[in-house]
Amino acid sequence: MNDSDSNNSAGIDSDSEEIELTRSFADVDFPRLERSLRHPRTLFSSGLSLMTGIVTVVACIPLFSVLIMLMYRGGKRLGLELLTETPPSAFESGGGFGNAIVGTLTMVGIAALIAVPFGILAAVFLAEFGPKSKTASAVRFCAKLLTGFPSILAGVFAYAAVVLLTGTYSAPAGGIALSILMLPIVLLTAEESIKMVPKKMKEAAIGMGATQTQVVWKVILPTALPGMLTGVMLAVARAAGETAPLLFTALNSNYWIVQDGELALMEPTASLAVLIFNFSGVPFESQIELAWAAALVLVLIVLIINIGGQLLSRKRVLR
Amino acid sequence: MAISLEGDVPSDSVASPPSTFDISWDRTFRGLTRFFSWMTIFLVLYILYEIAGKAFPAVQEFGLSFVTGTTWDANRGEFGVFPEIWGTLYSSLLALAIGGFFGISIAIFLTQDFLPPRLELVFKNIVELLAAIPSVVYGLWGIYVVIPAMRPTANWVHEHLGWIPFFKTSLSGPGMLPAALVLSIMVLPTISAVSRDALSSVPHKLKEAAFGLGATRWEAILGVILPTSATGIFGALVLGFGRALGETMALAMLVGNSNQVSLSLFSPANTLAALLANNFPEAGQQEEGVLMYAALILMAITLLVNLVGTAIMNRASSHLSGEVK
Repeated sequence: MNDSDSNNSAGIDSDSEEIELTRSFADVDFPRLERSLRHPRTLFSSGLSLMTGIVTVVACIPLFSVLIMLMYRGGKRLGLELLTETPPSAFESGGGFGNAIVGTLTMVGIAALIAVPFGILAAVFLAEFGPKSKTASAVRFCAKLLTGFPSILAGVFAYAAVVLLTGTYSAPAGGIALSILMLPIVLLTAEESIKMVPKKMKEAAIGMGATQTQVVWKVILPTALPGMLTGVMLAVARAAGETAPLLFTALNSNYWIVQDGELALMEPTASLAVLIFNFSGVPFESQIELAWAAALVLVLIVLIINIGGQLLSRKRVLR
Repeated sequence: MAISLEGDVPSDSVASPPSTFDISWDRTFRGLTRFFSWMTIFLVLYILYEIAGKAFPAVQEFGLSFVTGTTWDANRGEFGVFPEIWGTLYSSLLALAIGGFFGISIAIFLTQDFLPPRLELVFKNIVELLAAIPSVVYGLWGIYVVIPAMRPTANWVHEHLGWIPFFKTSLSGPGMLPAALVLSIMVLPTISAVSRDALSSVPHKLKEAAFGLGATRWEAILGVILPTSATGIFGALVLGFGRALGETMALAMLVGNSNQVSLSLFSPANTLAALLANNFPEAGQQEEGVLMYAALILMAITLLVNLVGTAIMNRASSHLSGEVK
């Protein structure tokens, strides 16, 4: 190609030019330049494209299989009595898991009460007061370690630190175990969303004579709120589905957390996740059905919180 | 022009310097945030201290024989977790092999402009939703869907290829393969999300340069994009491995809780986390201490893997930001 170009620009001897042109074009193997599946290169490329496409579609199958099975096997039992009754014993039919729903909500609530203020205050320090300090990098490191911390070990810790101390399995023990799993999510997402607050806004507030704390409360926290809420909701969704930390901190119970008008907080407490685990291995059909229904309810709760949280952050991006 | 401060401020102005309350609240609040930051570090140390402290008597009593022993008999006071350590590593590696292949393929498919952006987003959200399903639900699904679906194929393979050590037992119910398969579904979102980040942080220039030289799409991916993002993808695999090691419920429900060391994919096994989940609620005084020892081992393994993963991710991001302007 280069040869022919230089000859064109010279363009005096037309005969030799023609010869040059045909020769340089003859060198080019045109079929090889075409994109055709007959070439090993393109065949290889299309083959791999097809494979990754199939792999991606295959990876979506489990999600739909889980959802369909939940609707098929759990949907049969959906009804109001699920929410108002307690679990049946082995040979009974019917029953529900209202106490487990209340238990899950209680323990996730306790966990959120601990982890949300804790995480957000620490995040304010990380993002605002000492972003480059040694403390901050140590805290970030610890938070990242906690993200990968096995949930069962959070249960072991809460057992050692709370259950052995109070001498009883209880809802607060379960809540504390869950809060350890929520903390890093709340902390790291809150730090990110505080960092996204435009510098100008902070500087304007400081310029008007606000103290750093006033800047945080009046400017930063309101602006970063949607992002922080997303983090909190993701953390709540994660905590609601966790089983392992509750197995030997809250244990399980067949009774309501409120008995005879009294709040039995320091007693073993039921939760949806532990109920599913306990009923999944039994040979009794009605309990297995109940496990599927509980799984359906649990997945619905988790997905709604999850999608709600993501919608919050999407709105923020659009604006 | 002399400025007198008092004269310039109109008498009806609301502006005023911070009051004593403002200043003291500012100090308190800043102290409070610092306190909670320290608390995060303290919490991690306290967790380590608490588990290690509770495991200490058992560590003294059993020592290293606990790691190499293969029996678990609470009545005779004999404890060994070698089968559990083996099962933890084996199931996690299997899950990593399957989940890694799927996760990286998906990451490539969703970052290299194979699909219109809108469809990319749909698939990205579906894969992320996989992570939102609670593990106990995966366990339930594994028991009633995966195991029955897998059993005929598994037993056919066992009958015809039983001489291969991987297939030397038949799948009678729970076992290693269904557990590892469900585990791989659970680590897939982590691996694909982290490697997607690594892939999309590769500068466009590099890809365009490869296309300009006449590379096909996959020659560009395999020759330029994957090598450039290799550190990040490796970090994703390590983080996924850490996730798999600590995953409890799906394994406790699917792996079969049997104390044996076997290469077979179809034989039941046990993992450290599943051992804790199944034995802790009914443990007596002595077994409890021993389970704390098992928890300590699990914690040591996962912390180590996560430390390595975080270090690799830090290197990956500094490597890319250092190289590209």
